[in-house]
Amino acid sequence: MAATESVSTDTRRRRGVLRALLSPIRETSGLARWILLTGMFITAFFLVLAIFAPWIAPYGFDQVEANGVEFPETAPPSDEHWFGTNVMEYDVLSRVIWGARTAIEVVILAIVLSLAIGVPLGLVSGYIGGWLDRVLVLVMDALFVFPSLLLAIVAGFLFSNVAGGSIVSAALSITVIYIPQYFRVVRNTTVSAREATYVEAANAIGAPRRTVMARYVFPNVVQSVPVIGTLNAADAISTLAALGFLGLGIQPGDAAEWGYDLQRAIEDVDAGIWWTALYPGLALTLLITGLTLVGEGLNETINPTLRKRRLRKVTLPPRQPETAEEAK
Amino acid sequence: MSADPREPVISVRDLRVWYGTERGPVRAVDEVSFEVRPGETLGLVGESGCGKSTLGRGLLGLLPEGAKMDGELNYRGEDLLAKSAKQRRAMRGTELGMIFQEPLTRLNPLMRISEHFEETLAIHEKGISKQEIRHRALEVLRTMGIPPTRYRSYPHEFSGGMRQRLMIALALVLRPAFVVADEPTTALDVLVEAQIIRILHDLRQSFDTAFLLITHNLGIIAEACDRVAVMYAGKIVEQGDAREVFARPKHPYTRELLRSTISLSTTGLNYIPGAPPDLVEPPPACHFHPRCPDAMRVCQTVDPVETTDAKGHRVECWLHGPESLIPEGGRTPLERRELSIADEA
Amino acid sequence: MPTKPETAPRHLSEGGDPLLNVDDVEVHFQLRGGMLSRLTGRGAGTVKAVDGVDLQLRKGEVLGLVGESGSGKTTLGRALLGLVRPTSGSIRYGDRDLATLRTGALREIRRDIQMVFQDPNAALNPSMNVETAVGHPLRIHGLVSSKQELRVRVSEALERVGLSPVSRFLTKFPSDLSGGQKQRVVLARAVILNPTLLVADEPVSMLDMSVRAKILQLMLDLKTDLDLTYVYITHDLASAKFFCDRVAIMYLGRVVEIGPTDEIFAEPRHPYTKSLLSAIPEPDPDKALPRELPRGEIPDAADPPLGCSFHPRCPAAFEECGWEGRDLRALIEQHWTRLDETEYARERDLLQEPDLDPESPHQIQLRPAHGQAVEDIDRLLARIRTEDPEEPLWRGVESTDAGAEGVTVRFYEGSDPKLRRAGNVDVACHLY
Repeated sequence: MAATESVSTDTRRRRGVLRALLSPIRETSGLARWILLTGMFITAFFLVLAIFAPWIAPYGFDQVEANGVEFPETAPPSDEHWFGTNVMEYDVLSRVIWGARTAIEVVILAIVLSLAIGVPLGLVSGYIGGWLDRVLVLVMDALFVFPSLLLAIVAGFLFSNVAGGSIVSAALSITVIYIPQYFRVVRNTTVSAREATYVEAANAIGAPRRTVMARYVFPNVVQSVPVIGTLNAADAISTLAALGFLGLGIQPGDAAEWGYDLQRAIEDVDAGIWWTALYPGLALTLLITGLTLVGEGLNETINPTLRKRRLRKVTLPPRQPETAEEAK
Repeated sequence: MSADPREPVISVRDLRVWYGTERGPVRAVDEVSFEVRPGETLGLVGESGCGKSTLGRGLLGLLPEGAKMDGELNYRGEDLLAKSAKQRRAMRGTELGMIFQEPLTRLNPLMRISEHFEETLAIHEKGISKQEIRHRALEVLRTMGIPPTRYRSYPHEFSGGMRQRLMIALALVLRPAFVVADEPTTALDVLVEAQIIRILHDLRQSFDTAFLLITHNLGIIAEACDRVAVMYAGKIVEQGDAREVFARPKHPYTRELLRSTISLSTTGLNYIPGAPPDLVEPPPACHFHPRCPDAMRVCQTVDPVETTDAKGHRVECWLHGPESLIPEGGRTPLERRELSIADEA
Repeated sequence: MPTKPETAPRHLSEGGDPLLNVDDVEVHFQLRGGMLSRLTGRGAGTVKAVDGVDLQLRKGEVLGLVGESGSGKTTLGRALLGLVRPTSGSIRYGDRDLATLRTGALREIRRDIQMVFQDPNAALNPSMNVETAVGHPLRIHGLVSSKQELRVRVSEALERVGLSPVSRFLTKFPSDLSGGQKQRVVLARAVILNPTLLVADEPVSMLDMSVRAKILQLMLDLKTDLDLTYVYITHDLASAKFFCDRVAIMYLGRVVEIGPTDEIFAEPRHPYTKSLLSAIPEPDPDKALPRELPRGEIPDAADPPLGCSFHPRCPAAFEECGWEGRDLRALIEQHWTRLDETEYARERDLLQEPDLDPESPHQIQLRPAHGQAVEDIDRLLARIRTEDPEEPLWRGVESTDAGAEGVTVRFYEGSDPKLRRAGNVDVACHLY
C-alpha cells in the first residue's frame, strides 16, 4: 500500500513539474496557437529527418558512388538523384537530410551547454549577489555586446585549435554566444524572486542556501527559459550556417552542412545551376522559420505583457419571469 | 441625515454584470437594485469575491473587455447603458468620479500636482484660465488640509495619506454629482484612515456629492455612511439605514458578519463556517443557504424575494417572507451537512 | 538614544528566566542614495527601523507588537528570527545571542523559533505541494529517516491545524487552496518542528473577516496544545486586545508603551496609544464620530523628529518633548491651508524660505523677503498664536527675538523620553 502510494505521489510530483512546463502550451488560443502548432510541425519534420537520416537519406553525405557507379557531377534532378548532385559529386538530397542532422545535433548540443552553464551561473549570481554578481554581470554584458557572429568566429578559431573542425567545436563556438542570454534572464528573475515571501519563509525554516536556491528559487524562475531556448535555436542554426558559409565551421569531411553547401553553390548560380543552392537554402529557411514560430508562439502565451486578459464573450441569459409581485 | 426627497442621483434596477471564463460565465453582479440620493453616502460592504468592486466599476463603465452589463442604470434620469462608450467617457470626471484604493499607482509620477489639476480641469472645462485652475485647485486642496506650498510638488513627495487626499481632491475638483470610492482606506494606517474618513464625512456637508463607499470594513461603514448595502455572492442581501441594519440586522449573513467582526468589545471568537461560493456556479436559490444557521427547505429551492419594511429596510431572505410564496413544508429547517475545513476558507 | 532596560513585573510569570531577552536592539538600514551620493561616497542617510528596543518575553505568554507602518514591528519580528541582523544590541535566547550567532548555529535555532507570515498567498512555494512544503523543515534538519515517517509527521501536523481529511490536502498545490487553508498550511509548517516560540506577522490581516476568527482560534488552540509562546505583530488593536497577554505599542522604531493588555486598553497612558484606540472604527453607529485625532502623519523614518518622535502630532506635548525648527515651519504651512488665496499670497511673500541649520535645530530664523519688514513676521506669528492658543508648539518656545535680520525663535532643548514605570505599565513619555 505504501509503495503504490509513494509511487503515485512521485508521478504526481513529476506531473506537477511537467504540468508547469507544458501548461503555457495548453493555454494558447487563436493566432498564437496556430503559430505555435505550425512551428512545431515544421520543427518536428526536420527532427524526423535528423533522427532517421541513415534510413531516409538515399546516400551518405560524402558518398560519390553507389553500386560501383560514380555519381555524375553537377547533374540536374533525376530519378536517382531527386535533388541533383553538386560539383563534388555528392547527392544534394542526401546532403540536405544529413545537413538537418548536423544542424540539429550542433544546436541541441549548443543549447544544452548554454543552459548548463548560463542558468546555474545566473541563479547563483542573482541569489548571492555581491562582488561575484557584479563581476559576472560585467563579463556577461561584455560578451553580450559583442556581435554574435564575430564572437562565434573567434570562439571557432580557439576551439578548432583544441577540438578540430568537428561538430563539438562548432557547438562550443555557438554556446559562447548564448550563455549571456540565459544568464541574464535567470539572474534578473532570481533577483526579484529572491524577495518573495516564500523564499524568506524557506530561510525561516532553516534551509541552507543551496536548498533555497534549488527548491524554492529555481523552479519558479525557470519558466522563462523555454521561450529563449527556441528563439536561440533559430538563431543558432543561422549562425552555424553563417560559420559554414564562411568556411569556418564544420569541415566538409566531418559532416554535411547547409551553409558550406550554399557557399559552394554560389559559383553554380551564374552557370544556371539552381538545385545546389535552392534545396539547402530552402531547408535552412524552413527550419529557422519553424523554430522562430515556436518561439514566438510560446512568447505570446508566456509573456504576460503581450498577453491580453483572455476574457471570453458572455451572453446574458434572458431573465426569469418575475413571480407574482407581493405588495411591498 | 434624513432622506433627501429629491430625485436620486443614481438609480439601479436589476443590474447584472457577468463576464466569461473558461469554466463558464462568472455572475459577479447578479440583479442588484439600489439608489443613492444627493448628499448621501451609501456603503457597499462584503467580503472578497462578493462582486462589490465589479459593481463599482460597472457603474462608471470601467469594466474589462468581455464583461457584459444589462439592467437599468440611471444617472439623473438618463439611462447610462444606452450611451456610447464615448459619451460615458465624457461623463467621467465631471459627473461620475472615482477614488481608487492605491493612490500612487493612479497618479503620474512625472507630473507635478499642479499639472495634474491643470490636465483634469482643462480637459473637462475648455477655455479655463490657468489662474482659475489654480484657484479651484487650491480651494479644494484646502478642504483636504493640503498646504498650498505643496502645489508644485510631485506625487512621490507626499505620504500615503496625503496622496489619498490628493486623489479625493482631484476627484472632487470637477464637482461630480456621484463618486465611487473603492476601498479608499484599505492601504492606509489606522490613524490616517480615521483622518480620511473624517474628511469624507465632512465633505457631505460642503459638497452635495452622492458617494458609494465600497469596503469590507464594517467599522468604516458605521462611521461614514448613511445607508448600507450588504453584498454576498453578487447579490445585495440587505440594505437600509446604517443604524438600523447594524442594530437590527435582518439577514443571517449580516448578522453573522457583524458577530464575526473582531472589535474592541469582542469577548469571543465567532466565524461563519464554509467559504464564499464560486460565482460561476453559485448554490441554487439563496446563495447563502449552505452556510446559513437559519436555513429552511425553501431556501434551497426558490429564489428569495425582496421585502421592504416601513423604514425602507430591504432584505432578500425567506425568514422575512413573503409568507404567501413559501410552499407547503418550506419552513422546516434545512439539515445542513457538516461543513468540513475542506470546504472552508 | 538608549532606553532604560525594562524591569518586568514578575507577577505574570512563574518566576525564572525569560525566554527571550531583547536588549537595546537597533536595526539600521543604509539608504541607497542617488547617483551623486554614491559617487561622492556620502550616504543618503540611515533608516533606523528599530531604534533601541528592550523587551523580555516570558514563556507561554502572547506578546503583541502593535504599530503602524514604519513602527519597526515587522523588522523587529524578523530580527527575532535572525532573518535580519541587528546593527547593535543583543537578543539572548537561552545562553546564546542571536544577534551575533554564526549562520550555521542560527539555523539550528530555527527549530525553536518559527514564523507565520502575513500573506498566505506568497508564503508558500508555488512549485511545492502541501506534503513537501510542510515536511520540508523535517527534511532540512534531518529529523526523518524515511518517506513513511515524513508522511506520518506531516499528516499529524495537518490534522492539528484542522486540514482533514488529510489525504485530500497532501497532494494539493497552493494555487488549489483558499486563503484560510493556505494560512493553515503555513501554520502546519511552522509547528511541525515543535518550536517554542512563534512569531506571527499579521497572520490574519489579509484574510476575510469571517475567516479571521477561525485562524485566531486555531492559533489559540495550538498555543495550549503545544505550549507555545507567541509574538503577535499587528496594526489591528482590536485583535491584539483579544489575543495578547501583554502589548507593546511601537512608534518609529521605539516601544512607547508596554504592559498587560487589560491595563493598556483600560487606561492608555501614552498619547499615541490613546489616539490609536480612539481611531479604531467601531461597527456600531451609535458611537460618536468626533474624536481627538493627532494631526499629521508618520514622519519619514530617515529623518525622525527630535526628542520624542511623536511630539509634532501630540496634543499634550510641552517644552520637554524636543521642539525644533521644522515644527514651526509645518505649523505655518498648516496655518496657510486655512487661508484663502489672496491672504496666503500676501503672507507667503513675507518670508524667505526658512533654512534649518542642522547644527542647531532648536532654533529657526524667519527672515523677511526683499522689501518686507521684520515686524510683519512678528505679527504673523502672533496671529497664528491667537488662532489656536492651545497649540502645543507654543509651550515649547523659549524665546522669540525680533532682531534686525529677522525673527529668531528658540525652543527649549528637549530630550528623548525613556521607558519609565507608570502604574503597571512602562511608558516612554515625559508626561509621566
